[in-house]
Parts: sequence; C-alpha cells; structure tokens
Amino acid sequence: MERVVIEEVEKTFPNKEKDGSFTVFKDISLTVNPGEFVSLLGPSGCGKSTLLNIVAGLDQSSAGEVKVGDKKIKGPGSDRGVVFQEAALMPWLNVLENVTFALRKKMKKEEAKKHAEKYLKLVHLSKFMHSYPHELSGGMKQRVSIARALSMDPAVLLMDEPFGALDEQTRMMLHREVQFIWQETQKTILFVTHNIRESILLSDRIVLMGTRPGGIRKIFTVDLPRPRKPSSPEFIKLEEEIMSILAGEIEKVMKEEMGDDFNSKKASLLYGTDRNMGNHI
Amino acid sequence: MGAVEQLYIGLFDTGILLVALTESLQRIVIGFSLAVIIGGILGILLGVSKIADETLGSLVIALQSVPSIVWLPIALIVFQGGAGAIYFVVILGGTWAMTLNIRMGIKNVQPILIRAARTMGYNHTELIWRVMLPASIPSALTGARLAWAFGWRALMAAELIGRGGLGRTLMDARDFFNMDLVVAIMIIISIIGLIVEYFFFSKIERKVLSRWGLAKAS
Repeated sequence: MERVVIEEVEKTFPNKEKDGSFTVFKDISLTVNPGEFVSLLGPSGCGKSTLLNIVAGLDQSSAGEVKVGDKKIKGPGSDRGVVFQEAALMPWLNVLENVTFALRKKMKKEEAKKHAEKYLKLVHLSKFMHSYPHELSGGMKQRVSIARALSMDPAVLLMDEPFGALDEQTRMMLHREVQFIWQETQKTILFVTHNIRESILLSDRIVLMGTRPGGIRKIFTVDLPRPRKPSSPEFIKLEEEIMSILAGEIEKVMKEEMGDDFNSKKASLLYGTDRNMGNHI
Repeated sequence: MGAVEQLYIGLFDTGILLVALTESLQRIVIGFSLAVIIGGILGILLGVSKIADETLGSLVIALQSVPSIVWLPIALIVFQGGAGAIYFVVILGGTWAMTLNIRMGIKNVQPILIRAARTMGYNHTELIWRVMLPASIPSALTGARLAWAFGWRALMAAELIGRGGLGRTLMDARDFFNMDLVVAIMIIISIIGLIVEYFFFSKIERKVLSRWGLAKAS
C-alpha cells in the first residue's frame, strides 16, 4: 500500500509533418491515497490510458513527475502491477508458469510456485493451474492476468480497461471478484475505464477526464455503501450527473473525428426516414 | 521390379547403397545442425538489433536468392575438392531460410507481451531470452523445416558433381547404364524425405502448435 502522487504531468507528441506538436493533456495533478480505488473515466482520446502508462513507467511524461510512495518513477518496475485490456499471457507457459514468470526475478522456483498457487486460489483458478492460455475463456485469462499482477505484491495495481473486451455476464462476475480482491488485499488501485456504471460500481473516487484541452474535468467522490446496486436512486443520480458532463466531451471528440460531417441532430434521422412515404399520393 | 532387387543387393549384399546412405545422412545431419545454429544466431541478431538488420539484412536476402549449389565451384577450389566443399554448400543452403524465419519470428512478437514482461521488471537481455525467443519458436520451426528441405536438395546436387554419398552413386549407376539402381536410389531419397517429414517435423510441429495455441490439438 503506497500513495501515488501525480504532479503536473504533461504528455506531448511531437508532430513531424507540421512544426506544431500535439498535447494530449497537461498539468494533471492527482493524489491516490493508500488503499484507495480510483477510476479514470473519459472519452476515447482523452489520454486516460496514456496517464496510466506513465504511472506504469511504460510511457515517458513530457513534463512533471509521478511518485509511488517516496520513489520517483523512471521506468517500469514490479512495485506497480499492470493488468492490460488483453490478458497478455505467454502462450507457451501454462497458467501456473505464467504467474511464476512474474516472480522468478524475486524468488526461488519452489517458493514462487507456492506463492503463485496462493494467488491463483484467490482468483478461483486452482483447477486450471496446468491449462494453457488458449484453453481458457477470456474472463479466465483476465483473472490469471490479475493473479499475476497481484502475486508480485505491488504497491499499486494499475488496470487499463481490464474488462473492456469481455462480455457483459463475465464482466459482472469479474466486478464482484475485483471488489473481493480489493477488500482482501487492501491494494491501492488505479482503474481506467470508459464505462460510467463500472466506475461508480467499483471506485471510491472517479476522475473524469476530458479532451481539447486534455485534463481533469471533475472529481466525484462516490459515497455509496458497498455492495452497490446500479438500480438505487443515488447510483442513477450520479450516473446522470457524470453523463451530462461526459456527453459534452464525447461530442467534442466526434466533431474532431468527423469534421463538418458531424451533426448531433443526425441521430434523429433514424426516426424520420419515412418522410417521403405516401406524401405525394 | 529390378529397382527393388537392386535395393536389396545394394543395402544387404554388396552394401554400396548402405555406405552411400550413411555418408549422405552424416552430411545432412551435420550440415543441417550447423545451418540451424548459424542461421539461428544470425536471425536473432537481425531480429534484435536494428543496426544489424539495416546493414546485414539486405545482404542476407541477396544471398538467400542465390541457389547454394552455385557456390560449389568456388567451394571446391577453396576446400581443394575436400568434403568441406559439400558441407559448405549444404550449410549455405539451409542457413538463410533459418535466419529469415527467426528474424520474422522475433519481429512479430506481440508488443503487449514485451510490455507486460517489462512491468514485471525484466530488462532488455532477459526479454530476448524469456519472451522473444520462446515466442518465436513456431517460426523457428518453419525455418528449420525449410533449412532441411534446402539443405537436402543442395546435398544431392552437390554429390552429383562432387564425390561420395547417394548422389555420386546415382551418377556412377548412370555411367554403367544401371537404370534400376538409379531408380532404387531415387526411391531411397524420397523415403528419407517421407521419414523426416512424418517422424520428425510433423511430430514436433503438432506439439509446438498445440502448446502455443496456434492449432487445435488433435
């Protein structure tokens, strides 16, 4: 359990064709308290995954710094476990070996095996320890990936849209599992998602990010008792509040992508296609 | 029927086919192994180092398009007609296929696997050994298969011109107008191809592909 401090971080991509450069976001400051579950929510292109990758050390920030505990981040390291959207399991290793793969830098073979078994039990995969990744379903692969990240006993768990590629039923099951794991291990979790409901369901705080200019729009504190019910009035109220801000951001993104073609009234066309039917009889 | 008779005589009576077969097999096994090792090392180098790839890469492609038997005249002079010349041609025949396939395998490793391993604290050299190489095993297998095929063809061609082995015996048989023996040798050559394919490559391939999840295990 460590505190994550993001201080005035900026990410700019140099543009080779034109002289200008493209700033994804700048002046992002955020503190994630020990044991806290924080979601980064925003439309595509707002840089939420980039921010997570900077915390993971896989991307370099253009300015500012990120600290985990007292340590400044310079590159990737096993103090930050990362779960990607794809499970990213080594296809030639079985489930158990995939988890010990993360541990072999730290401990002896036998010790790593025992450790890995413990974490596979935590994600309820003891039965599949000797299966290969291609024999598992998407949800199971993602659980292995979570076990692998947790087994390193990282100070922070970083999750980059971990359930984005899964079907609804599997996702619901994994939401429950993640809450259980979070309560069990008391890890600090930084969670990237574009799903409002998912973020309300899981997090203590929701950081809503926007584009043009990229940055934090608003931080919501979710003060609902767990386990949370998506049908409760408070849940729906918060969902609508977030949606109203997010809708504006999404419209900006669409305008950016489609240029002049974009017209927010376009959706209404769907209900008006019969306008010529029988008009001139 | 004459060919079958010649097969029997050559293998179990006079033993000339047995001697020739042993010699050819020894050459292909040693030549193939060296081709896999040299080609493998070169392929890893090209796959991992951008500088090596940009300088040596096109040279390898140029060399690969030269049928290795073309090297025999030079090799015969350099090795003074010794057995080294034939080994040289066989190794050259297989090396490039191996090199290019390993290089491809390493270049095509899913970036997400490398990113994941980096978050677990693996450094660059460890990434090569623990992620890139295992991930490129399926392409290495394709490379080895091609190296065998090219090496075997190169060996036969080299032996027709050079000395010893099945190829030379085939030419001798033709000189004596013993067409039955010629056919017998051709049968041996194709049977070796069959054995290597079915009892070696197919088996390994099935194991590797099912474990890597690239094909359904049957």
